[in-house]
Amino acid sequence: MFALGTIGVLVRRNLVFTLMSIEIMLNAAGLAFIAAGAHWVQADGQVMFLFILAMAASEVSVGLALLLRLYHQHGVLDTDSASEMRG
Amino acid sequence: MHVLFYISGAIAILATVMTITRLNAVHALLYFIVSLLSVAVIFYILGAPFIAALEVIIYAGAIMVLFVFVVMMLNLGERAVEMESKWLNARMWIGPEILAAVLIAEVVYLLSRPPIEVNAIQYVEPREVSLALFGPYLIGVELASMLLLGALVGAYHLGYRKPKALENADADNTDATRAAAGGDLVRAGHDRRAGAA
Amino acid sequence: MLELTGLIPAIPFFSFLLLAVFGPRMARRAVSFIGVGSIAASAIISGIVTAAFISTPQAGWSYHQVIWRWMSVSSFQADIGFYLDALSVVMVLVITFVAFLIHLYSTEYMEGDEGYSRFFAYMNLFVASMVTLVLADNLLLLYLGWEGVGLCSYLLIGFWYTDPVNGRAARKAFIVTRVGDTSMVIGLFLIFQRLGTLNIQDLMHRAAQQWPVGAAVAIAAAALLLGGAVGKSAQLPLQTWLPDAMAGPTPTSALIHAATMVTAGVYLIARTHVLFSLAPPVMLAVAVIGAATLLLAGCSALTQRDIKRVLAYSTISQIGYMFLALGVGAWSAAIFHFMTHAFFKALLFLAAGAVIQAQHEEHDIFKMGGLRRMIPITFWAFLISGCALAGLPIITAGFYSKGMILWGAWSSPQGAPALWIAGLVGVLLTSLYIFRVIFVAFFGEAQIPVEHPPRLAKNLPMIVLSVLSIAAGWLNLPPYLGNKLWLNDLLYTALPKVAEKQVGWITEDWSEGIITAAFVLGLLLAYELYLRHRGATRPLTENALGRAIHGFWSADWGLDFAYDKLFVAPVVWFAEMDKRDFIDKFYDGLAALSRACYHALSATESGRMRWYAASIVGGTVVFVFIVLFL
Repeated sequence: MFALGTIGVLVRRNLVFTLMSIEIMLNAAGLAFIAAGAHWVQADGQVMFLFILAMAASEVSVGLALLLRLYHQHGVLDTDSASEMRG
Repeated sequence: MHVLFYISGAIAILATVMTITRLNAVHALLYFIVSLLSVAVIFYILGAPFIAALEVIIYAGAIMVLFVFVVMMLNLGERAVEMESKWLNARMWIGPEILAAVLIAEVVYLLSRPPIEVNAIQYVEPREVSLALFGPYLIGVELASMLLLGALVGAYHLGYRKPKALENADADNTDATRAAAGGDLVRAGHDRRAGAA
Repeated sequence: MLELTGLIPAIPFFSFLLLAVFGPRMARRAVSFIGVGSIAASAIISGIVTAAFISTPQAGWSYHQVIWRWMSVSSFQADIGFYLDALSVVMVLVITFVAFLIHLYSTEYMEGDEGYSRFFAYMNLFVASMVTLVLADNLLLLYLGWEGVGLCSYLLIGFWYTDPVNGRAARKAFIVTRVGDTSMVIGLFLIFQRLGTLNIQDLMHRAAQQWPVGAAVAIAAAALLLGGAVGKSAQLPLQTWLPDAMAGPTPTSALIHAATMVTAGVYLIARTHVLFSLAPPVMLAVAVIGAATLLLAGCSALTQRDIKRVLAYSTISQIGYMFLALGVGAWSAAIFHFMTHAFFKALLFLAAGAVIQAQHEEHDIFKMGGLRRMIPITFWAFLISGCALAGLPIITAGFYSKGMILWGAWSSPQGAPALWIAGLVGVLLTSLYIFRVIFVAFFGEAQIPVEHPPRLAKNLPMIVLSVLSIAAGWLNLPPYLGNKLWLNDLLYTALPKVAEKQVGWITEDWSEGIITAAFVLGLLLAYELYLRHRGATRPLTENALGRAIHGFWSADWGLDFAYDKLFVAPVVWFAEMDKRDFIDKFYDGLAALSRACYHALSATESGRMRWYAASIVGGTVVFVFIVLFL
């Protein structure tokens, strides 16, 4: 799932899909933690997943705010259009 | 038990694939929610019911709903779908697929080395989780709360939009434009009193 | 009284500093006063010192004054010290006195020039350096003076620096003399390494004790010093710079390139005469160089049209006589000739300068004429000095000094009849070329009218020098006139006496008689060719052989051409080849490499988010790969 998420980030140009793919990746990482926690029968895996969850929430809110900014400035949600910082 | 696990896993993967290949944003979101739900089932099977519940409530319930709200607000429409179809041609998929394939290969290799005994899944109580949170992971909890605070402030500030009239005021009304034509830009900034003649 | 010696170089030096710093802001009169006054003071003090030196002789006829210790480095010490003996006394007196007269002359000659104060500043520095050179008690201080006069020569030749020709002449002078200077410095190194000191009297003592006559090290040291002398005194093969040095103002030519600087080489050899006596092959070389140069320059002088170039070649020729005298061991004769030469050559140049300015900056003698009536004082000055140069018997100074040299060439143990004959032919040539100039420029029809004849400041020095050109010879009266050799007696306290050996039937009287005959022959030839039948030389120079010889002699016997091909052309060729600076290509390559890296790396900054994400994933893959498998 992580790999799928990565593919999604790299392929999609629409920023919404990029953000969604990042969520996929986070979810996949959390799944890995839970599985590890279950393997060693410890609570730590779940704790980590909780933190990941909190982090994902904050990241989503900031990311969507930025997405709105981008949309208002450029009129399109194309990530390639925001490539002015090039060398 | 195992059958259930494999079925949920298959659904999760399938749903994820659908997510990343859809042209319409809302369709993709819905497929993602399906994926999240199936992952919640997997969590339950792995003996973490508390987390499974949290996954559904927070992830699928709050975060994804936020996503849906924003997408709805953007009001992308038909034009967006067209653009998406233009952007997503076969050639685009090749590179990332190679990279991801290599990643998968590495992970598979990792997993295949020492044979893992598949025990019966044991049940980890939510009680243990909360004890861990209040014990060794206390700092993490505090940090997470600070993170959420930062995100809150940031999102508010980034989302703030001035009224349309003043939208470009900051760009149009600078010291440079206020100074007399051919004047000294440096002094126009320092010497406000004598600025625009 | 003798303690005033230190002031002789000091006063002109301070006057130089004053004029260099404040000169442009001072009034003309102030500049003249300081510039000429300092040299006058110097001349007066040298007169006082000379009188004191002669009247109350010190022990050993020498006086040593140390001003301060210049440097003291492990085993090497050098002082700023002045050594007075008969040789340096004579030289200092002549130098300062002639310099004073020339400075006086310059106040009128340079009056229209805007570089007036600069001129006097340089001239004063020159006099200071020259006196330092002459009075130095060690070779290092002498070398300092040597370089100082070289510097002033460069500055003064290129005085009118806006004309590139002058700059080239100045550079040529400096570089050619530099070749000689390098030889001299190596000689100094050798002397110090072998003898442990550069103090002149000490090193001569030690050399006499440690080196047998004809030792290889003595020959080497003397030859290296000779190299320096040859460069500075414009002898073969380094004489090419002097004719071109005439691009400078005439007072400069008079002072530096006639009377004083070019005689520095003669002084050097006379000063270190012990070293040279220890190396007979080098002495022979000195004599041969002198003889060859005097003939060569005499022939070249015959073909020149520019009045100053004639005098330049004449100078080279006369210094050849001095070298000839040194080479045969007639040290005092050389110094005697130096003295008389300073007087009459300076006078020749001053008169030539007056002629040039009277003829509106015209240098070509064939465009002049009839000056005898128009500028009489100048004419008489030129005539007297010309006769002194050629050696008019009895009444001119040159006769006595030249006679002494030629007698030394004949009779000295190191002399040879061939040298005497060379000198004799030189007398003929000298008489011929100088009377050629006199008859062509001063007699005949006037071609350019004279509007501004020379005034007092020019005439007075010319008159004084004319008197000296006549009277100075009477300091050394030869046997048939009373045998009162006052100057020689003074000089013998410092320089060895030349031994006389009678060779055949020619005695001194006969020698002088033959010289007189040569002089008269030259005079008559000049008279015939240039006065009586003007243009009589044309058939000689019109035919092919004549034209070839004329061109050859006029171009300094092809030496300039040879040096150009041998030394200048390869350097220029290499510079042209290296025009693209191929050696630098390596460093250019480094710069190009970094630029290429920059271009390559900046292409990775595309600004596109997906590109960056892809690079992150790629990096992750590589990292995991490394961790897993390596």
